[in-house]
Amino acid sequence: MLSRTASNLFWMGRHLERAETAARLLDVGQRITLLPNTDAGYQNEWNSLLQASGTAGVFARKYGEATQEKIEEFIFFDRDNPSSVVSCIEKARESGRIVRTALTSQVWDALNVTYQELRRIERTPREQLDTASLTDFTTGHTSTVRGAINATQLRNDGWHFMNLGYSLERADATARLLDVKYFVLLPRIEFVGSGLDSYQWQVILRALSAHRAYHWAYGGDITAGRVADFLILNGESPRSLITSLYEAVWHLEGLARRYGPDVPASARDKAREVLDALQERDIEMIFDEGLHEFLSWFIGELASVSALVHQDFLLGGA
Amino acid sequence: MTGGKMGHYNEMFEGESVRDPYARLSQWVGTMPDDFRQMKQAEAEALFRRIGITFAVYGEGGDPDRLIPFDMMPRVFEQAEWRKLERGIKQRARALNAFLRDVYGRGEIIRAGRIPARLVYQNEAYEKAVVGIVPPRGVYSHIIGIDLVRTGKDEFYVLEDNCRTPSGVSYMLENREIMMRMFPQLFRNNRIEPVDQYPALLRRTLESVAPPKCTDRPTCVILTPGHFNSAYYEHSFLANLMGVELVEGQDLFVDGEFVYMRTTTGPRRVDVIYRRIDDPFLDPLCFRSDSMLGVPGLMDVYRSGGVSICSAPGAGVADDKAIYTFVPEMIRFYLGEEPILNNVQTWTLWKDDDYKYVMENLPDLVVKEVHGSGGYGMLVGPKSTKEEIELFRRKIEANPSNYIAQPTLSLSTCPTFVEEGIAPRHVDLRPYCLCGDRIELVPGGLTRVALREGSLVVNSSQGGGVKDTWVLSE
Repeated sequence: MLSRTASNLFWMGRHLERAETAARLLDVGQRITLLPNTDAGYQNEWNSLLQASGTAGVFARKYGEATQEKIEEFIFFDRDNPSSVVSCIEKARESGRIVRTALTSQVWDALNVTYQELRRIERTPREQLDTASLTDFTTGHTSTVRGAINATQLRNDGWHFMNLGYSLERADATARLLDVKYFVLLPRIEFVGSGLDSYQWQVILRALSAHRAYHWAYGGDITAGRVADFLILNGESPRSLITSLYEAVWHLEGLARRYGPDVPASARDKAREVLDALQERDIEMIFDEGLHEFLSWFIGELASVSALVHQDFLLGGA
Repeated sequence: MTGGKMGHYNEMFEGESVRDPYARLSQWVGTMPDDFRQMKQAEAEALFRRIGITFAVYGEGGDPDRLIPFDMMPRVFEQAEWRKLERGIKQRARALNAFLRDVYGRGEIIRAGRIPARLVYQNEAYEKAVVGIVPPRGVYSHIIGIDLVRTGKDEFYVLEDNCRTPSGVSYMLENREIMMRMFPQLFRNNRIEPVDQYPALLRRTLESVAPPKCTDRPTCVILTPGHFNSAYYEHSFLANLMGVELVEGQDLFVDGEFVYMRTTTGPRRVDVIYRRIDDPFLDPLCFRSDSMLGVPGLMDVYRSGGVSICSAPGAGVADDKAIYTFVPEMIRFYLGEEPILNNVQTWTLWKDDDYKYVMENLPDLVVKEVHGSGGYGMLVGPKSTKEEIELFRRKIEANPSNYIAQPTLSLSTCPTFVEEGIAPRHVDLRPYCLCGDRIELVPGGLTRVALREGSLVVNSSQGGGVKDTWVLSE
């Protein structure tokens, strides 16, 4: 397979997942601001979202002070924000168009419809749109595309590359969403363990469409330890760090098997190493280490895996 | 329906009666209810859009996903008509390749005084960088699209040759595919020669011109300028049907004596490149240094026999509108045969007599730019206003050698579905001739139709449509 084709498939997966993350971030922000809050007011919560998605700088330069409307515009519609829903879906569709022949018509249809619908939403006056429907739109359509991929695509290297993109991006996204919590709480450490604290954890769960799953898995109260355990170390949780990384390893193994020993597998080796390191930890160790420090380490490791994928497969040995 | 307007040959009729090849079609149309036709037309459009066949029109902006209009009424040739066309097309293809081999070699035809040296060696498309190189099997142009028009039952004229990278073949294939899908009954009642072997023949042709240094089964690729190109759909369509990679310049690199593509399993050698980018962009080290589309060093590998490029760089010198007037001469000179297909009478405006005649008769003539294509920069005298003609006259005066003129041909018409039902519309034909170890032609081609009443311009960039083209078997 051409390296460029693989690259487009990989990034198509990443951008679709990233679009979903942007929508979920919007949802988290929206719910957090509904709380009777800390003395820093709304701005603090919204800033925390931008911090977590790594786009605070871009936002500040373009919009200055944060308001809910500006942030919604920025996270959902703004093409100057490379991580906005619109940016990501446009890029995913562009990648898909370039590698049209590597996609089934079902996948292309789903992707193209998502894009066409999004164009329609863009033309709708903003006051007619509410945050919840924007989030639902995004998660609904990206699920359709993912479903089409897994129901109709050949299980060949292209499929592995798409899913590799998805799983690495998802691991990254969950880590970043968890980090939002860190930023929100940072200024007022005395809130830890309070009612507000557990409400915020619940918001994170909701944003990951995981609050019901959490109750099935753990029953009872929402505590920081359990939620973090669910989203980091629980292998049943579909968006946990460990599940996402496990899938990435699985797809990298698939590629290594397919391509044989002549093609370097440094990305697989690295991903395995990170997975091992995750499996050695329990949630107490992570809290002792510091949640933020742990997440920063993890996000850094993911970036290394991604760079190695590039090096192993996407340069074409030139 | 009747024999159509005075003066234009309607391919469906002989006097007032329907010609044999159209007999069954005529019944089919006659019994088709209006609402059924509209339903089918909508279905065809949905199919095209779904498959993604769209055509971006140069310079018009607007919807990049525009559809090329598809007319469901096929155009039909009977076997005897087609055989004559086929012989004529293959003859022309042989002569054009012989000409290219000659002008990049000893230039016998120029020494013999049959073609002025200036027209060849000072031609923009003449590529000094490939003088002396003889590509595998002496073939320079591997896919030749020859545009034909018909003016009477047995009168066909060649309008122009396309020796570089003629486009449109995907429409030939898709039009047939969609017709078969929508009207299987038609294909059971008529014995129609298939065209779907084209991609396999194209691949075979490309493999047959593998470079001398290639010892295994050759690896072929299609080189595209990228997905912003208006013909990108065709590039990906052909790559898909041939089972070869669709590459961009950035996917290829030169290392030592060979060209490689970057794949997920490392570099893979490429032997034959079917390029869909123009000469100046092929290699920034040899041609335009600002080209981002090409492959640095490609021409060195080409010269030393490490890769084949189809069509060969410099092949464009044979399809120039000025060179066109000499193709019958080429056929006599290289093949010792008389041309089977006629050229349209052509006045070249750099000759004083021709210039004088053309300027006096502008309202009756068609004037074209020597290097123009796609129906741009041309004047159709009888269809233009006085102002348009005067405007064009000034353009000619400024640079006469940039133009040729031809009589306004009475193009044949074919019955075509229009708003009000069915009506005659002007058509042309572009068959695709493949030249490798053999010369092949699939029975069919792309019929373009001028959908506006009375219009003679069939280019898709000027609002033309397409039809399925049938060749009936015996």
